[in-house]
Amino acid sequence: MLGYYLDLALRSLRRNPVLTGLMITAIAFGIGTSMTSLSVSRAMSGDPIPEKSQQLFRVQIDSWGPERRGERNEDGLDENLSYIDAMALKNLHAAQRQTPIYSAYLIARPQDPKLKPIGLIVPAVDSDFFPMFDAPFKFGGPWSRADDQEGTPVVVISRKLNDQFFAGTNSVGQALRLDGVSYRVVGVLDRWPLVPRIYNLHIRPYGEIDEIFIPFTRAIKAQAPSTSGMSCNETTDASFEARLRSECLWIQLWVELPAAADVAKYRTVLNNYAADQQRAGRFHWPPHTQIRDVMQWLEYRHIVPNELGLLVLASFGFLFVCLMNAMGLMLARIIGRTQDLSVRRALGASRTAIMGQCLVETTVIGVLGAIIGLLLTILGLLAMRAALADDFAALTYLNAKTIGIEVSLAIAATIGAGLYPTWRAAHVEPALQLKAE
Amino acid sequence: MKSRSARFAIYRKKAGAVLIAVQIAVTLAILSNALGLIVDRLSWSARLTGIDEANIFFIYATSVDKPPSAAALQSSDLAALHSTPGVANAYATNAFPLEGGGWSMTADLQADQKTPSAHISYYFGDEQALDTLGVKLVAGRNFTASEILDRDGRTAPPATPIIVTRALAQRLFPGGDALGKPLYTETQDPSPIIGIIDRLQGPFVAATGFMSTFTENSVLAPFRLLSDSQTYVVRTNPGKLSEVLKAAQKGLEGINGTRIISARSMAEIRARAYRSNRGLTLLLGAVAFILVAVTAFGMAGLSSYWVTERRRQIGIRRALGASRRAILRLFQKENFLIALSGVLVGILLAIALNIWLIGRFEMARLNPAYVIGSGIAMLLLGQISVLLPAMRAARVPPALAIRGSQIRLTA
Repeated sequence: MLGYYLDLALRSLRRNPVLTGLMITAIAFGIGTSMTSLSVSRAMSGDPIPEKSQQLFRVQIDSWGPERRGERNEDGLDENLSYIDAMALKNLHAAQRQTPIYSAYLIARPQDPKLKPIGLIVPAVDSDFFPMFDAPFKFGGPWSRADDQEGTPVVVISRKLNDQFFAGTNSVGQALRLDGVSYRVVGVLDRWPLVPRIYNLHIRPYGEIDEIFIPFTRAIKAQAPSTSGMSCNETTDASFEARLRSECLWIQLWVELPAAADVAKYRTVLNNYAADQQRAGRFHWPPHTQIRDVMQWLEYRHIVPNELGLLVLASFGFLFVCLMNAMGLMLARIIGRTQDLSVRRALGASRTAIMGQCLVETTVIGVLGAIIGLLLTILGLLAMRAALADDFAALTYLNAKTIGIEVSLAIAATIGAGLYPTWRAAHVEPALQLKAE
Repeated sequence: MKSRSARFAIYRKKAGAVLIAVQIAVTLAILSNALGLIVDRLSWSARLTGIDEANIFFIYATSVDKPPSAAALQSSDLAALHSTPGVANAYATNAFPLEGGGWSMTADLQADQKTPSAHISYYFGDEQALDTLGVKLVAGRNFTASEILDRDGRTAPPATPIIVTRALAQRLFPGGDALGKPLYTETQDPSPIIGIIDRLQGPFVAATGFMSTFTENSVLAPFRLLSDSQTYVVRTNPGKLSEVLKAAQKGLEGINGTRIISARSMAEIRARAYRSNRGLTLLLGAVAFILVAVTAFGMAGLSSYWVTERRRQIGIRRALGASRRAILRLFQKENFLIALSGVLVGILLAIALNIWLIGRFEMARLNPAYVIGSGIAMLLLGQISVLLPAMRAARVPPALAIRGSQIRLTA
């Protein structure tokens, strides 16, 4: 039966190639355009780490007091912590896993003296960082807790850098020279679609993953300057050692709290810490602290551009208009084929049979539209990548799941749009039509 | 009589007419709001920084090995830059417009203020800075060579005379008497305003939010920043930029070959600064454009079907004496009525959408001109898309009326 309907559908679609082409084009453009912008927006405003986004928290604490100046956030808190607070909170070990982070500036000097040195922005993190953010390893793994303690010169490098420097081979144990010191490679990351790069939103949040990670203690030992912003309530001019003792805010602290009870417990610990600081006379104000999970943090930082909201809306509107369009054309087809349908009805086809036939036709149109639309999406995304360059390099990490969901949505919407025309077709009166002609 | 027949036709094609009207309404609502945002963002990214953008480039020079004297290295760098043929002027800075990151701080009128009077971008420069940047001094004076202080980033600086932008001067001193007044910036001591420049944007790039609130509030302080990473601003003689840029880079490499040296023209900096925003704006523009095109094709497609379906009816009208022009008019009028109802609903939808967007995305209030303009455009588009089918209808010969029942099949 289905085969017969399919045959009928293809025949009838072939009979009016212009109209069929118009319908498929309308749907394909609708899907292509809306999928391109939906993909961009999903990637930009989506959850970078869906499995764990509710377990990872960024820690904030008010160490400048309510009379702070130059505040940027609505709640009067700064994004970062001072080195004093970051270290003190870390040493409380109140979370299952935790890592301080800052973006250090280091210079990599190739072994070959003919090659020029390059400046690198290197995230300085604790070993917990990798399991916390589900970093996938191709070779090796994170460095040890002892390396965290000692500040051993070890690195985890990206797959891209490994391809570039070590031709994609297992480079664990190899050396890399940074700032005149030999760093030993302990791990090579695999492809890591963390978009946006939640641990470093300051520099190209939608760019590729960083190429080198070093132990936090190592970066501090090397006195590597921070590139991720430095807020000071007095002068910024100070030596590195003085900065470690200062109230300058420049270090992120992330903690992993798997259960609601852990979250509540951590909030208490954090507040107690602030209260202790007040008692010790360092803070002259009551505790003012906050922890935010990944999605709350993205929302708080307003990194998703405003254009995106309108773009998504425009895309939905666009898909809607395209479907309306296709629906209008289908309706026109049905009206144009009343004769044909009434003959089939007169020959004994039931309403259900007519409906089935029309539904198969609609589905064929929907599937063809979706396939062409998918090709248009790929073109659209390539164009976007070319236009936005490496600022949005990570947007190409679109997984099959996203595409699958969007294509099935598109086909479902096409069939939905075909329901009314189908219903109209099923209600063509056999006798009346024969009489009229 | 004519208008009655048009209404009759719409009634008969109810579903199709509603579909077209809804399409027009949705298209209009999206188009007018998208236009508002696109125009807003394009004019935002076209704003001038106030510097001589066409002839300026920047050189970054980062020392790999600590130089024995950062001051001596900077002097020889500047000497090399000045002696490069085609260089008009150069100075060392801490940041430059549209760089993306730089120094910001607060500025106060009194010493111990609780809330700051203004947020500012804080630039360093010597007595050559104004000339190099090509910014115009509109009041007061420039720094003198003797006022320039070395700043190594490790010891706290003293208060210095400062030069401010006109925008900041007007904001802090609406009376227009900013010159000579003290301002409290990084120190507890006052910094007297000695000069006012026409315009100099800050290094931060933001269309909305906190960082967008002080783009025009810049302050220039007479410091020579001595750091391992130096940034030089270079202005070239007109039309020489790319060759001078290469020569200047070579010159600095000649002084110390182990440094990491890179150069970028202001044009490149500008393109980078606004690239992602432009990309999204372009995508939005493309969606809006294709949306309009699809709506137009939809109207043309459906009109064309109505014509085919009503060939016999048209033939009868023609046989009864209706002129070609009357048939053309009939279709045009029909489309106009459908489009008009779509436009009216669309205007309401556009306003509702705008109100929602303002609440959610800091969008600007919709300019009525865009709504009306888009409405007129939709009506025109309707007329254009119906023109070909209507002309085809007008060509239907009157004889069709009597040719019997084969019309539907020939469709």
